[in-house]
Amino acid sequence: MKYLEEYRDGAAAQDYLAAIRKLVTRPWTLMEVCGGQTHSIVRYGLDELLPSEITLIHGPGCPVCVTPIHLIDRALAIAQTPGVIFASFGDMLRVPGSSTDLLRARAAGADVRIVYSPLDAVAIAEANPGRQVVFFAVGFETTAPANAMAVLLASRKGLTNFSVLVAHVRVPPAIEAILSSPFCKVQGFLAAGHVCTVMGTDEYHALAARYRVPIVVTGFEPVDILHGVAKVVRQLEEGRHEVEIAYGRSVRPEGNRPAQQAVDEVFEIVHRTWRGLGEIPASGLGLRAAFAAFDAEQRYPEPGAPAAESPDCIAGLVLQGLKKPQECGVFGTRCTPEHPLGAPMVSSEGACAAYYLYRRRAAAAAPS
Amino acid sequence: MSGVECPVPLGPGEHILLAHGGGGRLTRDLIEKELLPALRNPALEPLADGAVLDVPPGRLAFTTDSFVVQPLFFPGGDIGTLAVNGTVNDLAMCGAEPLYLSLGLILEEGLAVADLRRVVASIAQAARVARVHVVTGDTKVVERGKGDGVFVHTSGVGVVRAKGPLGAKEVRPGDAVLVSGPIGQHGVAVMAVRDGLAFSSPIRSDCAPVADAVMALIDAGVTLRCLRDPTRGGVASALNEIAAQAAVEIELQEPALPVTDEVAGVCEVLGLDPLYVACEGRFLAFVAGEDAERAVEVLRGREDCRGAARIATVKRASAGLVTVRTGIGGVRVVDMLSGEQLPRIC
Repeated sequence: MKYLEEYRDGAAAQDYLAAIRKLVTRPWTLMEVCGGQTHSIVRYGLDELLPSEITLIHGPGCPVCVTPIHLIDRALAIAQTPGVIFASFGDMLRVPGSSTDLLRARAAGADVRIVYSPLDAVAIAEANPGRQVVFFAVGFETTAPANAMAVLLASRKGLTNFSVLVAHVRVPPAIEAILSSPFCKVQGFLAAGHVCTVMGTDEYHALAARYRVPIVVTGFEPVDILHGVAKVVRQLEEGRHEVEIAYGRSVRPEGNRPAQQAVDEVFEIVHRTWRGLGEIPASGLGLRAAFAAFDAEQRYPEPGAPAAESPDCIAGLVLQGLKKPQECGVFGTRCTPEHPLGAPMVSSEGACAAYYLYRRRAAAAAPS
Repeated sequence: MSGVECPVPLGPGEHILLAHGGGGRLTRDLIEKELLPALRNPALEPLADGAVLDVPPGRLAFTTDSFVVQPLFFPGGDIGTLAVNGTVNDLAMCGAEPLYLSLGLILEEGLAVADLRRVVASIAQAARVARVHVVTGDTKVVERGKGDGVFVHTSGVGVVRAKGPLGAKEVRPGDAVLVSGPIGQHGVAVMAVRDGLAFSSPIRSDCAPVADAVMALIDAGVTLRCLRDPTRGGVASALNEIAAQAAVEIELQEPALPVTDEVAGVCEVLGLDPLYVACEGRFLAFVAGEDAERAVEVLRGREDCRGAARIATVKRASAGLVTVRTGIGGVRVVDMLSGEQLPRIC
């Protein structure tokens, strides 16, 4: 298929691997920010094909994984409110809250619907004027424009039965949180290609300069990722720390201005708690006061019981790249995609799920 | 005269009433006017409590399946074609030539008679194509809201034509795995017409009988070890089941997997993996390694299996593992699907 096959091409991948082998003279630790990149790396076995000097650690860029448990509980409470239609992207449905998840809530009678676009949720609200429709607005800067459009559309149509539960997060503050940690091992970043398609690269220059790290905006197909790795390694070997784009077919330095304007009109920067990481200043987006009428958090009361994470889950360490998923004591035993204890085991983009799905070869290959 | 027994024939604009399942005159009308004309054959004709059948010598294969698809009609088929082909194909996976089907219909009060007629016509047509007879049946009606239009239940019997034993236990290292055509078309065709997808797709379900293709392999003397139709859960789940039962490692070659551009495109957009998407007119054949090439030739010589390919090899004894070698050269585990495939956020 055009625009895909050439980026999954074995020969092109081998060319990049050869180039990286020629460049590298000593060990380097790189972080891929986005869960989609983690998925590709593990799916195609890229980390095993790269020279042993290169260590890839998996960043916090999985929106399902980092949505805080109190917001999942909030979503569950709203979904279970009589008369509410709760609309969400599909992979939020299995994320465990403190007592249940949206799939189980649906089985117990809640009207939870999977939508492919937030605009579909607006259409559901129009078609059901007698019912409240709440959309779970999750995601990084990538999904923010579409979610902003949904709010603008609902506002323009004068809908009073549509609201959004906002859990948006921003990438640059998370990168800064990782870099400022005393335990940080990351020497270069593969930045998230689709986030930068929307936002451009302006926000990353100060980070690259302040922490002296190369940041290369990278795509998601295997050849894209190897292209990004090659660029980061070249910078590291040459002692440079710049922002570069290795995903030129999608990303322009200025980003997508109309999309940014829609986001800016509807959302403002807020502090946000990340699941497993804690609160990161200015790392989230919340609705502006002008759109408070569409804020589900204001429409529905906060559930009483405090939210609690499973004490066995080391998601925070995994999301900071300090531990690999299989170093967790409950990985693959008490925590599996069927019974996740933490969010990284849920989404296909979560690092734990990626390792569980693709990396049990050694254990499973032994005859029983 | 009671209203329930009013002998009004079913008109084009009519709907199924609870009384159509009540066992009275409306039930008889439904059977005689809507079902029998489409499905007529000597074994069904007496409308007795059961059918008495002639069977050729040999061992019988017997299978049963229920069908609850939404929407009832989708590009390339409907619940009727699925119900016939699903059961016919399960018999074929036993190495059997399908002979007879039973047909259970659970109708929801309010179903348009025109829709029922369409489903029954599809059942009749699919049975003709697969050369099977519907020889016994049953109809029930449930209250509005307690069904999903139509549920169909079919059981089938066939006579075994395979020469040797078939099954996961027969699979051994060195065997080759073939698939009879491009994968994932049924699942994607159904998903693309479900509510909520804002694009149209030209993809048609692959729903079709595969018994003739299986018989062609048997007639060609190919050493068959195991046959499986990759329906729910797709190729990945079928291979995982067999790998576990046979205690072997199966290695897929990703570049060899037949996937059409259209299916690959829809799967990309929705974040699905074609390996996990259902097929309803394909089968996986484990054959002796030395027969693999000939088996692919036999299949590709048929109009309905032009896209057949060798996709995997049984590597070695193991606790039961499926891996895939990617086009890039890496190897990963292909697991059973956990829950349903959920579309990704971004």
